[in-house]
Amino acid sequence: MGRLRTITRRTFLIGSATIAGGVVFGTYLAKRPIKNPLLSDLQEGEGAITPYVKIDANGVTLITPRADKGQGAYSMQAQLIAEELDIDPAIANLSPGMPGPAYYNGVVMEESVPFPAYDKSAMAENVRKFMHVPAKLLAMQITGGSSTVPDGFVKLRMAGAIARETLKEAAALQSGITRDQLKTEDGFVVMPDGTRLSYTELASDAASIEPVTEVELRSQSEWKYLGKPMQRIDMPAKCTGTEKYGIDVSVKGMVHAAVRANPGLGAKMESFDASIAESMRGVQKVLPVENGIAVIADNTWRAWRAVDAIDIKWAAGPYPAGTQEIFAEIEKAVNSEEHRDHRQRDDGDVTTALEEGDNFEAVYKVPYLAHAPMEPMNAIVKVTDDQCEIWTGTQIPLFVRDHAAEMTGLDKDMVFVYVQPMGGSFGHKLEDTHVLQAVEIAKAMKGTAVKLVWSREEDMTHDYLRPGAVAKGRGKVVDGKVEAFDLSVGQSGLMADWFGRLMGMNIPGPDATITTGSWDQRFAIPNYRVTGYRAPVMVPISSWRSVGASGNGFFHDSLLDELIHKADADPLAERIRLCLDDTSRKVLEKVGEISGWNGSFISENRGRGVAFCLSFGVPTAIVTEVTHTDVGIKIDRVFVVVDVGDVLDPINLEAQVFGGVIFGMAHAMNCETTFENHTAQQDNYHAFEGMRLYQVPEFEIVALSNAEKIRGIGEPGVPPSAPSLGNAIFAATGRRIRELPFNKQIDFV
Amino acid sequence: MEITVNDTSYTIDVEPEMPLLWVLRDELGITGPKYGCGIAQCGACTVHVNGYALRSCQLAVGDLGDSKVKTIEGLGAPDSLHFVQQAWIENQVAQCGYCQSGQIMQAASLLSTNPNPSDDQIDAAMSGNLCRCGTYPRIRTAVKAAAKKLQEV
Repeated sequence: MGRLRTITRRTFLIGSATIAGGVVFGTYLAKRPIKNPLLSDLQEGEGAITPYVKIDANGVTLITPRADKGQGAYSMQAQLIAEELDIDPAIANLSPGMPGPAYYNGVVMEESVPFPAYDKSAMAENVRKFMHVPAKLLAMQITGGSSTVPDGFVKLRMAGAIARETLKEAAALQSGITRDQLKTEDGFVVMPDGTRLSYTELASDAASIEPVTEVELRSQSEWKYLGKPMQRIDMPAKCTGTEKYGIDVSVKGMVHAAVRANPGLGAKMESFDASIAESMRGVQKVLPVENGIAVIADNTWRAWRAVDAIDIKWAAGPYPAGTQEIFAEIEKAVNSEEHRDHRQRDDGDVTTALEEGDNFEAVYKVPYLAHAPMEPMNAIVKVTDDQCEIWTGTQIPLFVRDHAAEMTGLDKDMVFVYVQPMGGSFGHKLEDTHVLQAVEIAKAMKGTAVKLVWSREEDMTHDYLRPGAVAKGRGKVVDGKVEAFDLSVGQSGLMADWFGRLMGMNIPGPDATITTGSWDQRFAIPNYRVTGYRAPVMVPISSWRSVGASGNGFFHDSLLDELIHKADADPLAERIRLCLDDTSRKVLEKVGEISGWNGSFISENRGRGVAFCLSFGVPTAIVTEVTHTDVGIKIDRVFVVVDVGDVLDPINLEAQVFGGVIFGMAHAMNCETTFENHTAQQDNYHAFEGMRLYQVPEFEIVALSNAEKIRGIGEPGVPPSAPSLGNAIFAATGRRIRELPFNKQIDFV
Repeated sequence: MEITVNDTSYTIDVEPEMPLLWVLRDELGITGPKYGCGIAQCGACTVHVNGYALRSCQLAVGDLGDSKVKTIEGLGAPDSLHFVQQAWIENQVAQCGYCQSGQIMQAASLLSTNPNPSDDQIDAAMSGNLCRCGTYPRIRTAVKAAAKKLQEV
């Protein structure tokens, strides 16, 4: 565990409010009362609170506004509240609550500042702090950017502590014993004589007093749940088939919809013939929707079958028809002044250093990639004259609400989004096209709930992809040392594309994601430059687990590895020598230790590669060992070291780390989304295989706690995974593969 | 048409070519088996038919005859766990959990015919079940832990 930190006493804007038979604790928005259906039983004038803790006759409810897409966010948020509230999170009720502006995510916006994570200067910290302001103003209740833990670490414990002290105060007033003589334990206030008063029975009294907001958070040594191996609260449900995902929700009287939209993304449907579909069993309606057509039927399978039977003529997609043409546009952007977007790393003088002599040059490429979570996109929507109800798994509930309000003409307060657990997302559920299709259909079926489920094929051909990217690398080695490193990265700007869709506005200025994961590394290379070039948006793009760092991690570390090889230096020792950041260097040293690193050669046909990436503030180093067998590359063992500051749950941390590494390696091995005739060619898992159990290596994972700030771990495992595999393949075979996926050039076992 | 699922018989009025998966999910409200791909590539829809693990998305309900279907709900419940489910929980396998019904049904089927599988046999039996979160290392551990439980009984 990390060193003990003093949490300063601070007063959050957390207060309490009365509900029938109980009390809620949460964030005040005193001047902007918002309606909250969860609190529809609030008394007059008490509506201005967004809850984290609700206590009434039904017991204690912990409210977890960050969505769970598999990363364990519900458990973690509940455990943060419970740690201070003194209640076993496994016996409390859990609710994602209703979306509310006060659940804004301040930390997620910090990632967009033009300072690398290792920069802890007052200037950088101030700019980061100010990013919370637009997050609040824009009501950005977003789950993403590995930010649930850093955003909630203080906030959620504070809510728990304020609730606990207020319950104690209520007990003190009841008993005449002062608050400092009372203790709390497992949902009870305990008197000095051992008498126990349950939180539930104290709730009404707690609601009638001023909340105790001057509280001090417990130190790490006092933690009961946090910092120790924890059990995820959703585990029993997920292992018994009883977890209800969005796709499992059933609403009374609902009908089932299928959609076929133009696979030329964003283009219109020119004509259709639904005469066969209309007469098929169970079909109730055929309905043109934006850029496509919907069938409403009495079950999912009949709706899908009918939509398959519609003969449709599509307009061509508004972008180059094939992958080759798309990449030609990206390549054109790289090193073109006209397309230059930003240069945030420019140490020394690269131009002069590379003016003459023996320069190294190479071109690297990463493909477009679908998210392809196991649960396909789905939503249930019911529209009436007065309101719109939406059941769906989403990372952006307030955007869904606002977009649905716009489409239905209803007041935002009359759109209710019931967020469901997600069967994966990897960023796909940062988009809401599928939900808005369901709203469009539901508007035509007023009064009836409509359940829309995308087929796997619809899902994978209508995704907002991880952008493909091209990087040109140059460098120079002098006297066995890397003297110059120059990386030019070209891709489309995904933040602008995404914000444009979400907010309907153009975002001016550079798009940091083009070079995130490469410019913000910290190595002592005398002439060190990273430049981002922006290609036009062609196929629609979005965030994919680890966002910009997913491609940049591969570019930066592959080029570095090649230069180190050229310098005839040891890949690990040289990275350690070059690394300027203490926390990062310790991560590299540790991965050397646990992997027993003694060079990249293991034995004939066996080799190991190391890679490093600092992303989302988490330095992550990976050593991968592979064997070049007669039938292809076999990944034998993978060693990973991360530093997230305090580790809240070692069990879930380990799962997120190997999950992230497998995700990164799986796509690097064999996945890409290519286009022909404006249409994504990989429409199901047979063509987008990923990793299967027999290919999975052994893992050893260590989390260090030298970092000062606590960080999230959902994404940082991804960026260094592809280069560590590529560097290992080079060590075992002598072949340097600069384009993903690797299986275009080498087989895997 | 009559089918038997989790020891309960149901009368259904559907086309014989309707996949068992959609009969279970939409007609009977049994949502443990999941839709992932519809082409037997992911295994999220795995159920037992007469004790064998099969992909319910590829099984026409009309071909069932009097076969008995068991879904994850029939394997065990939160208060009466099957030993494979126990091993899964003890090893904290699930992340998003969407594929785990299928993984568990596949593992239960493997262990019912081969109570002490080798690593290669585990790989062979479980590699048709896709997990996009990458829970594989713990799936491997949990299958072995379940096999051990079986031997201790």
